[in-house]
Amino acid sequence: MKLRVLVTLKSGVLDPQGEAIRHALGALGFDGVNGVRQGKMIELDLAEDDSARAEARAREMCEKLLANTVIESYRIEPA
Amino acid sequence: MKAAVITFPGSNCDRDLAVAFAAAGAEVCHVWHKDTDLPAHTDVVAIPGGFSFGDYLRCGAIAARAPIARAVTEFAGKGGHVLGICNGFQVLVEMGLLPGALLRNASLKYICRTVTLRVEATDSAFMRAYAQGSGIRVPIAHHDGNYVADPETLARLRGEGRVAFRYLDNPNGSVDDIAGILSANRRVLGMMPHPERALSALQGSADGKLLFGGLMGAFAPA
Repeated sequence: MKLRVLVTLKSGVLDPQGEAIRHALGALGFDGVNGVRQGKMIELDLAEDDSARAEARAREMCEKLLANTVIESYRIEPA
Repeated sequence: MKAAVITFPGSNCDRDLAVAFAAAGAEVCHVWHKDTDLPAHTDVVAIPGGFSFGDYLRCGAIAARAPIARAVTEFAGKGGHVLGICNGFQVLVEMGLLPGALLRNASLKYICRTVTLRVEATDSAFMRAYAQGSGIRVPIAHHDGNYVADPETLARLRGEGRVAFRYLDNPNGSVDDIAGILSANRRVLGMMPHPERALSALQGSADGKLLFGGLMGAFAPA
């Protein structure tokens, strides 16, 4: 089954790329953008049909490689 | 002293690092990332700068999980000396041998220039040839050198005197101007600046030489 992993910087960690995007949006006339956080999306195609087991597997992958939990948090959702 | 320099796909300072060690009089071995063991009687493991695995996922993340990484962790666990420079520093934090993380530079720019560092700790084999508080000129060349750590980690680094170098004029947004840090046992050093690129006046500075020379002295037979 396919899962989507969303990795973002934790809320306390300054995101310089997100800030640059926010400034660029402001320059294009989009006011009222209070904040922008940039992250990454990783799509996993797993040879596992049981959704609970697939999610557990993806969680293990996040902890071991996909996210650096010192600075990043992650969310797993069905793709 | 025997130094093992590790090469990952995308490492580009491995040869410079080998030259720096050899110039200090060390025996140098090159180790490939797929190797699972370090050469026998290795005294120092050095992880070079570059763009290991193309900086994919996160800088240093994939290198930190390469086959050789387990041997390096074991080596450090037994009290071995490990030096990580630039991408090597990123690899060490990804391996968990040093705390914190390195984010994109605050300016979002790749910065390549010689900066002045203040030597903050000298009670380590890597730092022993430097004078406490002295200013040294060493080049930086990185896009992701913005050191971050949570407040507790920072307090611990400061309290234990584990900040090795600070930038005099912070180029990348690093918290507390941190350019390099030591492990609790002071045998693992990670730093963004490149001492191996500051070996002679022809390179603009010879201040990096003391790091390798000092280390060599620490391993010299009494």
